[in-house]
Amino acid sequence: MKLIDARSIHTGYRHGFRGSVTISKHISASIFSGEVVGLIGPNGCGKSTLLRSLSGLQSVLDGKVYIGETEISHMSPLERARKISVVLTERVHAGHLKADTIVSLGRYPHTRLSGGMTAHDRYVVEHSFSAVGAESLRYRTIDELSDGELQKVMVARALAQEPQIIMMDEPTAFLDVTRKVELMDLLETIARTQGTAVLVSSHDLELLMRISSRVWLMDESGRLHKGTPQDGEFKSLIRNVFRIPAHYVSF
Amino acid sequence: MKQGSYKHSKAGIILRFLLILGAVFSLFALDVFKGSVDIPLERVLRILFSPAEWLSETGGLTLEQSGQRDIILLFRLPRAVTALLAGMGLALSGLFMQTLFRNPLAGPSVLGINAGANLGVALVVLVMGGAAGGFVATLPFGMKALVTGAAVFGAGAVLGVVLLVSRFIGSVTLLLLVGLMFGYLANSLVTLMIHFSAAGRVQAYLQWTFGSFGATIWNDIYILLPVIGVAIFLGILLIKPLNALLLGEEYARSMGVALIRVRMIVIVVGALLAGVVTAFCGPVTFVGVAVPHLARGIFRTADHRTIVPASLLLGGATALTADIVSHLPGQGGILPLNSVTALLGVPVVVWVLIRSRAGRSFI
Repeated sequence: MKLIDARSIHTGYRHGFRGSVTISKHISASIFSGEVVGLIGPNGCGKSTLLRSLSGLQSVLDGKVYIGETEISHMSPLERARKISVVLTERVHAGHLKADTIVSLGRYPHTRLSGGMTAHDRYVVEHSFSAVGAESLRYRTIDELSDGELQKVMVARALAQEPQIIMMDEPTAFLDVTRKVELMDLLETIARTQGTAVLVSSHDLELLMRISSRVWLMDESGRLHKGTPQDGEFKSLIRNVFRIPAHYVSF
Repeated sequence: MKQGSYKHSKAGIILRFLLILGAVFSLFALDVFKGSVDIPLERVLRILFSPAEWLSETGGLTLEQSGQRDIILLFRLPRAVTALLAGMGLALSGLFMQTLFRNPLAGPSVLGINAGANLGVALVVLVMGGAAGGFVATLPFGMKALVTGAAVFGAGAVLGVVLLVSRFIGSVTLLLLVGLMFGYLANSLVTLMIHFSAAGRVQAYLQWTFGSFGATIWNDIYILLPVIGVAIFLGILLIKPLNALLLGEEYARSMGVALIRVRMIVIVVGALLAGVVTAFCGPVTFVGVAVPHLARGIFRTADHRTIVPASLLLGGATALTADIVSHLPGQGGILPLNSVTALLGVPVVVWVLIRSRAGRSFI
């Protein structure tokens, strides 16, 4: 099922009266349920901007993003939050909060004004903790957690939102190799078992190629190339964009 | 709650709330029972609990009795109610600002609202005080209404500008800086006015800046009470989005928080609380910044479901304590409120902060 559909969008920033800065032009792309889409590209080419535009955190300069049948700019923040959840790069600074409180915040778009949790909400939170294998972290405060543990909690929070798509901006950036493999593995499992689509950007190319069903490659000019991890021609394009000699990588 | 240690358990939280609630009641009673004039406890109780007998004009009260009745019913009781309400309001306002700006140093004064109130009052007392001269002097209540009105107007004007600016500014840090700049601007204008004013008027203005809960009459409380009541009600409605904001604005938006609207409501409520308290009590410092930290330190959480009620109660308790201490000299006069709040409060807050979160984040 097609969950998200970007039709010839231009991404970038508006600067009030001073016009706007365009980063990428004419990007058309879709994401389907149950797939992992890996987003790669050199630093500063506009990956984060694309992620933010697709998740509705910033508006597109031109073109349209559809979530199902609805255009994203016509959705209320709550409606959007029930379809898409995000995991951002920066560390959360709310040291006094328990992991349980953070994951419960994922229920935000589903609870009423009082924020009161129903039995179902609590079940979803518990399920999210076990989906990421973080049950033992549940009642710890987050400043007791390592980067890897916190990242798991943030993924659990994204899951608790029960979205159709989870978008992650460089979730492996601060993790050691073991945690990177663990997290990537987790993302693949989530997509496969829950039917949730995952769009993940990362610089860990080899890992990403391993778990992605499709790969979006953004080059330095902001153009988006789409391919599969198995496609030999696409792989050599990736090596060209990143300027890595073939013998350095396994793909 | 499995795996939850006692310090985070429900029972522990309820116990702490009950203790603080008990403290608020005791402090309120103490504030009414003790004052510059010694009145026997038994008589205070009789005045409080059978006011009909004491209020009748023809009750045949002695001059001493009617004097004591007036002290209790017209001075101490409104003073204690004012302290309670002001403390609650300032603490809630401080909590809102700290969460909104993700800044542990933020307080009610951070948006320049207090500075606006200061400016309004300085204009009335220092400049118009001269022009209206004799008229104001013969009408103490007219003067007070004028000062209150000026403070509300000054706070409101700055609030209006901040709100206008916040529509065009995406980042709260920038908004924080703009608020600070307004504060500097207002304060420099006040300093200029002080420089060119007569000593007597400067004295009157400085007196106001010391802060006091004792300047209110019942009519003031009829304004204070509904404003703070409505703000507390809105504060409870804001608990859910405020918790989402603890993860940062981006996460909050991604979870469905209508950021601009929530930010607007938080600013209006926070500024309204700070503005109205400043108008009636002067620029009371410390309570707004310190009490939320006290609450987080005692309850070891930043969760607003706990910290909103905790800040309200602790704010009331702090203000009542400060008021009681400021009246300790008895006949010797009243200590400036702002010096008492900080002198008493700083050691407590520093102790709580160091004990509870060495090396941890502050919100």
